[in-house]
Amino acid sequence: TMRRGVGTGAIAKKKRAEAKYKERGSVLAEDQIVQMSKQLETFKSHLEEFASKHKQEIRKNPQFRVQFQEMCATIGVDPLASGKGFWSEMLGVGDFYYELGVQIIEVCLALKHRNGGLITLDELHQRVLKGRGKYAQEVSQDDLVRAIKKLKVMGNGFGMIPVGGSYLVQSVPAELNMDHTVVLQLAEKKGYVTVSEIKESLNWQKERASHVLDHLLKEGLAWLDSQAAGEAQYWLPALFSELSSRDVSPEEANQMTP
Amino acid sequence: MDRFSWTNSRTELNETYVIEQRGVRLYDGDEKAKLNVGTAFLTTHRLIWGDIKYEDSCLAFPLSQIIFIEEQAGGRGKSAKIVIHLHPAPENKEPGPYNNSKYSYIKLSFKEHGQIEFYRRLTEEMTLKRWENTPISKPISTGTGSQGGRTRAVGIVGIERKIEEKRKELDKNISEAFEDLSQLMVKAKEMVELSRSIANKIKDKQGDITEDETVRFKSYLLSMGIANPVTRETHGSGTHYHLQLSKQLGDMLQAPLEERGGMMALTEVYCLVNRARGMELLSPEDLVNACKMFESLKLPLRLRVFDSGVMVVQLQSHSEEEMIASALDNVSEKGSLTAEEFAKLLGLSVLLSKERLLLAEKMGHLCRDDSVEGLRFYPNLF
Repeated sequence: TMRRGVGTGAIAKKKRAEAKYKERGSVLAEDQIVQMSKQLETFKSHLEEFASKHKQEIRKNPQFRVQFQEMCATIGVDPLASGKGFWSEMLGVGDFYYELGVQIIEVCLALKHRNGGLITLDELHQRVLKGRGKYAQEVSQDDLVRAIKKLKVMGNGFGMIPVGGSYLVQSVPAELNMDHTVVLQLAEKKGYVTVSEIKESLNWQKERASHVLDHLLKEGLAWLDSQAAGEAQYWLPALFSELSSRDVSPEEANQMTP
Repeated sequence: MDRFSWTNSRTELNETYVIEQRGVRLYDGDEKAKLNVGTAFLTTHRLIWGDIKYEDSCLAFPLSQIIFIEEQAGGRGKSAKIVIHLHPAPENKEPGPYNNSKYSYIKLSFKEHGQIEFYRRLTEEMTLKRWENTPISKPISTGTGSQGGRTRAVGIVGIERKIEEKRKELDKNISEAFEDLSQLMVKAKEMVELSRSIANKIKDKQGDITEDETVRFKSYLLSMGIANPVTRETHGSGTHYHLQLSKQLGDMLQAPLEERGGMMALTEVYCLVNRARGMELLSPEDLVNACKMFESLKLPLRLRVFDSGVMVVQLQSHSEEEMIASALDNVSEKGSLTAEEFAKLLGLSVLLSKERLLLAEKMGHLCRDDSVEGLRFYPNLF
């Protein structure tokens, strides 16, 4: 009589697979998972040793952080993916960037009514530094950029638009295509732009220029100064930080329509 | 700028060096001084500025000359500045780079940042007024106008040397750190390669991977920060960590959601949760992954993505129909509403109010009037 135990089919199947692999000289995935578990423990202790010597360096030195991030990216590791990751737990990089993320969100939210959800990286940097206080760790613009990249996954429209050698940080889901972006870049020099300037510099028809400017007005990213001498001026509060940093007087507010 | 005198800048007896900052340009009032970008030094007694290219081009004035100081924020293309208002130069002031100036203030422009700390220290020194307690003696070899470069001693080199030593020490620490970091990365790379090999085998269904082993593998990936290459969604697709997190969030967010009309933007949740935790913060991805599990864990919350891409957490009890009906009611009552007005009415954020109105519009209950004055919604009477 044949003996039948529970799972003989599965065991036999496994034995066949093992045999096949032994033939080929390769290792089964489940054996590799066991191997990975062991290697992980070893890695963890190496990381602990590294942390005990250099944790301060990461905390205090923005350049070192950049090096660290770039090396991680090169080998295919994201040290900021999870607060539960080794990097975050042992080196404390996680808390640094996640907290920065909170501060960035709060600054953007506080200023949204003024600039429509668009702010220069410079201004964001200044305000985050101010909010962190005099005794906090130094935060570089590279740090901000990395924190913002992480915020994107939460779907609130966080993005970066290159203008004038730096960036504008967007924190609202307003759709900004190439046309909008290039007008923002044009406006960067003076903080405002006119239809004529757009037509001249970009060689566009009036309709295209008006279409883009209307969209920026509707999204609250641009304010119209129709009282300006000559031609109506479209101001971008994000680019004109002096305007954003002091309160607009009632007379000025009447002249400008968001 | 006529308050400055040439100096050898070596710190005198009783004078202590406080802080230095590179990348500082001087302004005579609002005009750039005809000098390069240099280094500003603050001592307990003086403000000194030097250009390391020219060892004898060191300028200084006593802190007692300062009336008050202001900060000037930077802007697009402009560096942050400190404005220093000064008393008129005394009769017996030693010669300096400017014989007279129409301005009574100078500015320090910080091209390489550092203005916050410098301002703080300058304010501190001006409060402490340490120069009053410990007057420094006049340096013996102070150059007068007619003296040549030799007697303008190489004081700036002295300071620079100290800075250089400090930097070398830092560099040594950093290069050791970089070396250790490189070695660590080599080991990390081995882990990445191993995980890729495993992932490929799972994809090709080689070998018999149990559900348990898959979950374990995913947790290893999470620990290392390696993206999960196996995108196959099984019912146990999250890690144990995210499962726990999801339940915690389910508890924690009930009350805040009720207070906010049943809906919160994910970024709002992120700030709320992390501010409450204080440390061991959640990454944005942790939050998203945990929220994705609400449904499978049968928790009374849902993660929802609007057409605009905005992600929210909402209470199950606040159904779609209810939200749309209430939006329609409010709009009908007022005749028309913008997102801002609706937000004020409900005590919600403008972002979420807008999403509700858009949703009601999508369902055909509202229609829009989109002008440069803003987006306004009306009941759809068609």
